[in-house]
Amino acid sequence: MEDIIELVDIQFSYDPEAERNALDGVSFSIKKGEWVAIVGHNGSGKSTLAKTINGLLLPQQGSVKVGGNLLNEENVWDIRRMVGMVFQNPDNQFVGSTVEDDVAFGMENQGVPREEMLVRVQDALEQVRMSDFKQREPARLSGGQKQRVAIAGVVALRPDIIILDEATSMLDPEGREEVISTIKKIKDQNNLTVLSITHDIDEAANANRILVMQEGKLVREGTPAEIFSAGEKLIELGLDLPFPEKLKAALKERGVVVPTEYLTEEGMVNWLWTSILNK
Amino acid sequence: MMNKLIFGRYIPGDSLIHRLDPRAKLIASFYFIAVIFFANNWQSYAFLAVFTLGCIALSKVKISFFIRGVKPLIWLILFTVLLQVLFTTGGNILWHWWVFTVTDYGLMNGAFIFCRFILIIFMSTLLTLTTAPLELSDAIEYILRPLNVVHFPVHEVSLMLSIALRFVPTLMDETEKIMNAQRARGVDFGEGSLVQKMKAIIPLLIPLFVSSFNRAEDLATAMEARGYSGGEGRTKYRKLDWHLKDSMVVVVFAVVTILLILIRN
Repeated sequence: MEDIIELVDIQFSYDPEAERNALDGVSFSIKKGEWVAIVGHNGSGKSTLAKTINGLLLPQQGSVKVGGNLLNEENVWDIRRMVGMVFQNPDNQFVGSTVEDDVAFGMENQGVPREEMLVRVQDALEQVRMSDFKQREPARLSGGQKQRVAIAGVVALRPDIIILDEATSMLDPEGREEVISTIKKIKDQNNLTVLSITHDIDEAANANRILVMQEGKLVREGTPAEIFSAGEKLIELGLDLPFPEKLKAALKERGVVVPTEYLTEEGMVNWLWTSILNK
Repeated sequence: MMNKLIFGRYIPGDSLIHRLDPRAKLIASFYFIAVIFFANNWQSYAFLAVFTLGCIALSKVKISFFIRGVKPLIWLILFTVLLQVLFTTGGNILWHWWVFTVTDYGLMNGAFIFCRFILIIFMSTLLTLTTAPLELSDAIEYILRPLNVVHFPVHEVSLMLSIALRFVPTLMDETEKIMNAQRARGVDFGEGSLVQKMKAIIPLLIPLFVSSFNRAEDLATAMEARGYSGGEGRTKYRKLDWHLKDSMVVVVFAVVTILLILIRN
């Protein structure tokens, strides 16, 4: 598979006098169709990283390649067409006065003809299960619904990559699950590449790969199983412990010998019942 | 406190007036306000009042909404009428004291001004009650379009207008939240002397300002990420349709104008 995003030695700082750069020599690449999660503490440079990918921020050093094209000031608008972004605050990214206006906003910017827009708005709203709310104003929607509209706005643009910049961090667990499952469905249907920046363990567990940021540097990289097997150290990395890890820690405290490798919830259940039967 | 305001509120409905093109409604209300000044006798005012009430009946909005719309302005209206009554000279003097004179001519003028105010408020309330804010901003954009020739930034103004309208309820909610948060910390809103009242507003205003700045920044980033690069080369999702009934509005207003000119002295 080809690399759809390639970052080489990115250096970025908001303030030239700052002690350390917001991004310090970050390099990685993402393959087409991959779901990659970026995790890390607050202030580790995750969101800055997301903004450099679609040219909202231009790095002082290093190169960004999206879909094989080197990002520069001339093609930044073309690259933004390839990359859809969903941000953190559901209220602040809602541009339109009603749901359908908001979904259409991005297409209006690209000059999509009106007939085509009508079809695509309907289609995108169906994908996120919001067609019944077409005429609603943002003030009458819940946080999760607003984020689903934001996703619909991105989906309608038919991008190749979706970046979720802590898109679920202001939602309740229910809304969070809703948004993640919507994204998962859309990703599979349209063969999208998803880059999600998150603190949420479930969102990270859905990824094919996890990148861990710390103080502007990429410090670790691996599959969820590899990363989660770090156990207690996860908290230092800015992630919560997954439930099976919590259970393992609690069992360990009570003197039970537990496997060291990471187990999913299902794996944990299997291990539990086999170990009890084997006694 | 903000729910009492009728002026500028929209009441969803499906009457003939609701379904009219917002451009027709906007232009018609402005035209009506201009036409009111043609009326100069009882018959012409009665005619316009009947016409206004007819429009209100067509909109199927309860008349009480309109009366509530007048309420906040009633003192201003009465003050103006009173000035008119007390200081008009000419005609038969009915009562005279110091600089004040009441004449039959003044009384009549006062009554006319009262009617004029009420009719203008009724008509503009009818416009805002039956037209969604967004439709209004679309109509304003359309009507302002000729100003593009003189390099007036029509697209930018209409974008600002629609974003402002979209954020009104969001900011209202936030105001409420900040007020409650500050109350929980012991700030008394609306109590004490004027100076104290003003001081109590500060812990509300400053957070509201700061959060608006943050919102603006987030919104600008989100807009840019979605490919917004100015008004050029954009298409429009919303479309205004001018139907036969909108042309009828023009005809009706032409007829009203002609009748009015015939009735006036």
